This record gives sequence, C-alpha cells and structure tokens, in this order.
Amino acid sequence: MLTEFLQFLLSGITVGATYALVGVGFSIIYNASQVINFAQGEFVMLGGMMTWFLFDAAGLPLAVAVPLAIAGTVVVGVALEKFAIEPARNASIVTLIIITIGASIFLRGSAQLVWGRDFHAVPALSGDAPINLSGVALNPQSLWVVGSTLVVIVLLHWFFSRTMTGRAMRAVAFNRLAAQLAGVNNRRILMFSFGLSAALGALAGVLIAPITLTYPDVGIMLGLKGFCAAILGGLGYPYGAIVGGLIVGISEAMTAGYISSAYKDAVAFVIILLTLFFMPNGLFGRRGVERV
Amino acid sequence: MRRRLATPRTGGLLALAVVIAVLPAFLPNNFYFDVMILVGLNAIVCIGLNLLVGYAGQISLGHAGFFGLGAYSSAILTSTYDWPPIAALLAGAAGVGLLAFAVARPIMKLRGHYLAMGTLGLGIIISIILTQEVDLTGGPDGMPVYGFSILGWEPSGVLVWYWIVGGLLLLTVWLALNIVESPVGRALRAVHGSEAAAQTMGVDVVHYKVLVFVVSAVLASIAGSVFVHYIGFVTPSEAGFIHSIELITMVVLGGLASIYGAVVGAAILTTLPQLLTFLHDYEMLGFGAIMMGVMIFLPRGLVPTTARLLRDRTR
Repeated sequence: MLTEFLQFLLSGITVGATYALVGVGFSIIYNASQVINFAQGEFVMLGGMMTWFLFDAAGLPLAVAVPLAIAGTVVVGVALEKFAIEPARNASIVTLIIITIGASIFLRGSAQLVWGRDFHAVPALSGDAPINLSGVALNPQSLWVVGSTLVVIVLLHWFFSRTMTGRAMRAVAFNRLAAQLAGVNNRRILMFSFGLSAALGALAGVLIAPITLTYPDVGIMLGLKGFCAAILGGLGYPYGAIVGGLIVGISEAMTAGYISSAYKDAVAFVIILLTLFFMPNGLFGRRGVERV
Repeated sequence: MRRRLATPRTGGLLALAVVIAVLPAFLPNNFYFDVMILVGLNAIVCIGLNLLVGYAGQISLGHAGFFGLGAYSSAILTSTYDWPPIAALLAGAAGVGLLAFAVARPIMKLRGHYLAMGTLGLGIIISIILTQEVDLTGGPDGMPVYGFSILGWEPSGVLVWYWIVGGLLLLTVWLALNIVESPVGRALRAVHGSEAAAQTMGVDVVHYKVLVFVVSAVLASIAGSVFVHYIGFVTPSEAGFIHSIELITMVVLGGLASIYGAVVGAAILTTLPQLLTFLHDYEMLGFGAIMMGVMIFLPRGLVPTTARLLRDRTR
C-alpha cells in the first residue's frame, strides 16, 4: 500500500521536475518580453532528438553529445528571438502567440524532415538497472532528473540574485522602461532569456528522453504541461513554476495509479481550470491592478 | 445608393453572394467543391471566433472543443439514438450554448495569457473526453455518421452541399454584421478598448463577454454538426488543440475585428495545405514558416492591411 504510493510519488516527482524546468523557461521569457513562447516544448524535443542523433548516428560519447545538444538548442532559441520575435516587437499578444506557434510547427516540421517521424531511445545517463529501496524501484534516471532540477534551481537563484545580468533581467521584468533608463540593454536581455529558456528546455529533454523516448511530436504535450506549471504558479514567478510543475506531475501520477490512466493527460488541465476559477492569477501571482 | 453599396452590410454581403454564386463555374471538379465546402464551414466558425477575439478582445485557444462537441452531438444522437439530424443539430447547439454559458463567467474573468490557458485547457479536456469515452464516441478511431435529412429531403452530391454551406455562410455573415453594427457591437468594442472605461459608461461588461462567448460557441457547434453530416465520419482530432490553433490562426491571418477577414483567413488556411502538398515532406515546415512570416510582416492581418492601403491610395 505504502510502497505503491511511494512508487507513484516518485514517478510524479520525476515528471513534475521536467514540467518545472519547462515552466521556468516560460516564466523567464515572459518576464523579459511578456511573450508566451509556445515553441518551448520544441526546445525539449530538440534536446532529446539532438542527443539521440549525436550519440546514436554520429557516434559521439554521451558526455559530448549532451552539452552539444543543449548548445544547439540554445542557438535555435536565440535565432527564434532574433528572426521571429524581435521583428514583431510591437505586435499584439495574439499575434505573438501565433508567431511562436508557427515557430513550433516549423521546428517540428524541420525535425521530421531531418530525423524522420520515428520514436528513438536515448540511453540513460547511468544505466537503467533500478535501485531497490525496500520495495520501491527507483530508476537511476529519476535521480538525474530530480538532482539536475535541484542544481538548476540553486544556480538560477544565484544567477538572479548575485549576477549583474540576472539582476538586470529582474529589473526588466519589474519595469522595462525604468530598467532601460538605468542602462539595461533590453534587446540583449531578451535574447539571453530565449537562450536560457532553450537551455532549460533542452536539459529537460535530455533528462526525460531515456524515460519517455523522443520523437518530433514529443514537445507538444510537454510544452502545454509546462505552460500549465507556469500559469499554476503565477506567470513570471520562476519559483512558482517549479511548485506548479511538481503539483501537476504528482497529481498526474496519482490519477494514473489510483483512478484511470486514460485521463492522466486531462489532470493538468482540470487542475489549472479549477485553480484559475478561484484564483485568476495562479497560486502565487499578484492580483493584477489595471492601470487606466 | 452608391454610398449604401460601399458599406460592408449591403455592398460587402452582395459581393460575397456574387462570389459564392459565380464560383461553381470556375471549380473544375469535385475536389475543389470539397475544399470550398470546408472553407465555408471553417469561415462560419471563424466569424463567431472573431466576434469574441477581434471585437471583444477575448482570446480563445479552445474553440475546436465546441466544434467537436457539436460534431459528436450530431453523430451520437443520429447514429446511436436515431434522432432526426435537424433535432440533433439543434440539441447539440443548445447543449454547447448551455455549457459555454456555464463556464463563461469564471473563464471570462481571466485576462491575457491566463485566459489563453483557461480556454486551451477547456478545449483539451473536451478532446480527451471524446477520445477516451470509447463506448459512446468510438474512441480515437472515430465513428461513422449518417447523411443529413430534413423533412424527408436528403442532400447528396457536393453541389447541393456547396449551396447549403454557402447559404449558411451568408446567413452567418449577415448576422455577424448586424451584431457588430448594433449597440451590442459597440458595447463589445468598448469592452475591447478598456473594460474599466466601458464599465464606467454603464456597459455591463460581464454580460456582453458572456453573450459573445456563447454566440461564438454555438456557431462553432452548428458548423461542427453540418461538417459531420457532410463528411460522414468524425474523429476526436476535430476537437483537438491543433484544430483550435488552426481556427485562431485563420482569424488573425484574415484580420482581427473584420468579418470578411475571417472568411478570407479561413479560405487561405484551408486551401493552403492543399496547395502545399507538392512540397511533400516540407509541408509542415512550409506551413509554419508562412504562419510566422505573415504574422511578422502583416501583424494586423490581410483584410485590414489591404483595406488601409486601398483607402490611402484613393485619398
């Protein structure tokens, strides 16, 4: 009974950590630009697919393939900002949403073209012999997922509170014009945010691919669930997105285990609707005051 | 007379009627009729969606959910319960209207990206239910649907369906233009401009947002019902996220707050994939690139941009 519960909890935390990484990416880009980047899920896909390609087809060792895959995704993220978001700076929210959705279709189409539509397996970072913890089977990859997410959280915290760039990003999120007047280069911050989000997405992709496999459409649901995590925590609050991701991941695993695996994918959206009905700005979001 | 012809309500409607009437002469075979019928049905959904997004300023990323609910209401009520198709269509529309009314108040409280998430979530939940309730809906494989019939008359052949959809489209455009030019339309635009200001001027903001949400959902439901009877088959992808995205893209591509823009957007995005099939493997890539390109260079949409160019030239 308890082992069963712990088993579900463990898989929930693993998936939840991935959603959290994707959700943090949404929040970072939103803070820099007020844009919701619907291509965030494609960063996850690119991370996984590039790792598979470099490792399996190009024969590079995993320790080289993973950093290269993340670097490649960062290049895509920065290019997306440079060629699609930057030229449409003054467009409306709906227009920007459609541009990023167009980008996600474009990236999926490119991935299909280059790597085909098949599912690919990426090897786990340290084998896949489960560790037995008094009846609970722990997939070593889960440790990698959760451990890396923790490291990322600590690094992000250091980055946002101690470095000049991180503090500039917070200033831009708080008040773009004031930040600009104080000498922050908004365009550089924007480009950096896309790069950072791409890196986080790609990392999530590399970490989760050994568990879920990777294929060109893998990013659709992962991206939407990450968006759920970001909204649940309150848009623009990276730490809120982490809590949101864990809530979504754990509820999903519990539903699949105890109620019905058929409705697993619906859980995230039911949670988000119920939360928004009672808290229209997410769990930690400030109540927005409309300036007239 | 000339001044009246220049208005969208008489001149524009007349022009659209002429286009619909003359078009069959230029369509070489059934395939093109088929595409045009789909254009018409998408246009009906997009007109409703544009009332919501373009005029009232409330985004929806879940409208395919309402289309799918209408489609499945017709499919299930006629095929499983032997209802007459017209009764099934009306029951579906009424049911979707009630559902939209029930969720409109909490959903319309949301703003910006939160509203996008709320509507997206609603659409995805609907599509997951339609996929998973296999006994009722046939699951991911979908279910066959009988043809349409009204008072014993059964439309068959693409030409008949073409006239039916064309007539419905004209009716929808007429209805939408009247809504836009009525006090309701003015109230919607006031809500779009500034909710606080509209409220101060005595506009019942919540009432109008709920109203337009319900109207757009019912239009989507009716189009969904007609669609399944024409196609004869329905799958859950009609209610899916991708379809919702296609619909909103049609609206934005044609031009927000433009009824004819919705028609143009639907026409372009429905025919584009057919034209892009020669690209084979590059189809999806090309589609995404076109979507981005148009939005970057024509962020206001095709119809409003062209209209402004024409106006500037004649001046």
